[in-house]
Amino acid sequence: MSLLEAKNLSYSVDGKPLVADASFALEPGSLTMLVGPNGAGKTTLLRLALGLLKPDTGSSSLDGMDLSNMSPPQRARKIAYLPQQRPLVWPQPVHDIIALGRFAYGAAPSRLSDDDSAAVSRAIAACNLEGFEERPADTLSGGELSRVHLARALAAESPLLVADEPVAALDPRHQHEALKIFASAATSGRALLTVIHDLSLAARYADRIIWMRDGRIVDDGTPVDTMTPEALRAVFGIEARVEKTADGGLALEIVGPT
Amino acid sequence: MRVIGSLATGLVIAVLLSLLLGSVPLPIDRVLAALAWQASDGDQLVVWQIRLPRALAAAVVGAALGMSGAALQGLLRNPLAEPGILGVSATAALFATFVLYFGLATAGPFVLPIAAVAGALLATLLVAAAALRNQSVVTLILIGVGLSSFSAALMALLMNLAPNPFSLADMVNWMLGTVANRSLDDLAFATPFMLVGIAILLATSRGLSALALGEETAEGLGLNLKTQRLGVIVGAGLSTGAAVALAGSIGFVGIVAPHLVRPFVRYDPARLLIPSAILGALLLVLADIGVRLLPTDNELKLGVVASLIGAPIFIWIASRRRLA
Repeated sequence: MSLLEAKNLSYSVDGKPLVADASFALEPGSLTMLVGPNGAGKTTLLRLALGLLKPDTGSSSLDGMDLSNMSPPQRARKIAYLPQQRPLVWPQPVHDIIALGRFAYGAAPSRLSDDDSAAVSRAIAACNLEGFEERPADTLSGGELSRVHLARALAAESPLLVADEPVAALDPRHQHEALKIFASAATSGRALLTVIHDLSLAARYADRIIWMRDGRIVDDGTPVDTMTPEALRAVFGIEARVEKTADGGLALEIVGPT
Repeated sequence: MRVIGSLATGLVIAVLLSLLLGSVPLPIDRVLAALAWQASDGDQLVVWQIRLPRALAAAVVGAALGMSGAALQGLLRNPLAEPGILGVSATAALFATFVLYFGLATAGPFVLPIAAVAGALLATLLVAAAALRNQSVVTLILIGVGLSSFSAALMALLMNLAPNPFSLADMVNWMLGTVANRSLDDLAFATPFMLVGIAILLATSRGLSALALGEETAEGLGLNLKTQRLGVIVGAGLSTGAAVALAGSIGFVGIVAPHLVRPFVRYDPARLLIPSAILGALLLVLADIGVRLLPTDNELKLGVVASLIGAPIFIWIASRRRLA
């Protein structure tokens, strides 16, 4: 049985469909990436699939249970969600922000069980944030802040992690480090779904890519099967060269817009 | 916890100090004897009927406003949110004045508190609905200013139409805010609303922590946003309304107290609530002592002093915000 199963999700605002008839399922142990041009409906699809937005039609289920019948904490213990917008208002210490990842387990920054503290420490270590624990959030660089949010999501240690553009603000080194964390989480049996704009990173790290355009899922499969010059032209409107590398991966070179 | 301890100690000392002040000079041993029911009838009357109600009124009003401010700031994710700034106090005062004006307050002791609470709830609901629809901080403050001005305009209208100088003086008292001449009965009718409000706010505290990361993340963390919003709105409405019923409109306590406490609780909106309430109480008790010590012909109103101190601090906080 799939961990998360989204069936025929549709959602429109003022008669304009943002997501139309989208279905997909996520299996444990795989890193799935959602790609598509700006405005394709990726974030809306994530929110629909997570039950944060009520679909016009269709449904989403987690472990076979309809998400709309689950309480927010029940859902949050299964899914950690890292949204695209991560506004902070208070200059809280890094440790306390990451500790909020344990919220669904009844924890608060001032009240962490031993399990919670251990999970927070593991997340801090995974995101290379040792030594930053007491730094106020407003003294961090954009990249450091992104890693703090990532650590917050990892601290939940949930079976499914859904992230909306988690590496957008990161430099190349930290992009690769973050995606390596994702890949190893997948190897250890978790399911991950992440929106990403950098297609080379998608080609390099994804087990599977879901392609979206104009609110619809237009393709779904491994990078090798789906990342073709034709797909890149049709979905993104770009000319690109795609070549298989010796180690079985893909080398992608974007030439320019069509 | 250390913050709470020191603030609470400060509050007890301030309340004792305020019992020493008044037109009849009473040394501390006679005040303590009166508190223990061991003094002359005259001393006991002064302490139990005049000074203690006044000090307690200042304390509970400060506590209710301090905690409401802290909770509203957590919900709206804005350090400038406060019952006074958002027009909640002004609307509550308007409703209270309204029942006074039409002589409805004589119908029963709970009429006035209920009217003030209704006004506060209405205003909190309006402002929160607008704030949550439109995420802009500036819009929120502007709506609050608009609501305050509108309530003030309606209040001015009532004053304009006031039938006699006595009702006019009554209304001025409401607008300026004071805890002078409060009785233990007044306290008894207002504090139940306050206690319920404070209890509701405390129940929302963990959710306020989650909201520090934004509404979308908080929802993802498993917070029920609707319940959370409703809790803070009802809790802050009840506490602020009851505070206004007891003391009229007193501004800025709800902004100054949380602001001063925040660095001592690691900026955690949950841990902010209780110390903000205690500091709010302490500030108002001290301000009320100040009001009585200042050698003016007419005793200054507590709300006037609170605004004189609070408004510049508000401007200072607004100009020094670090995170967007």
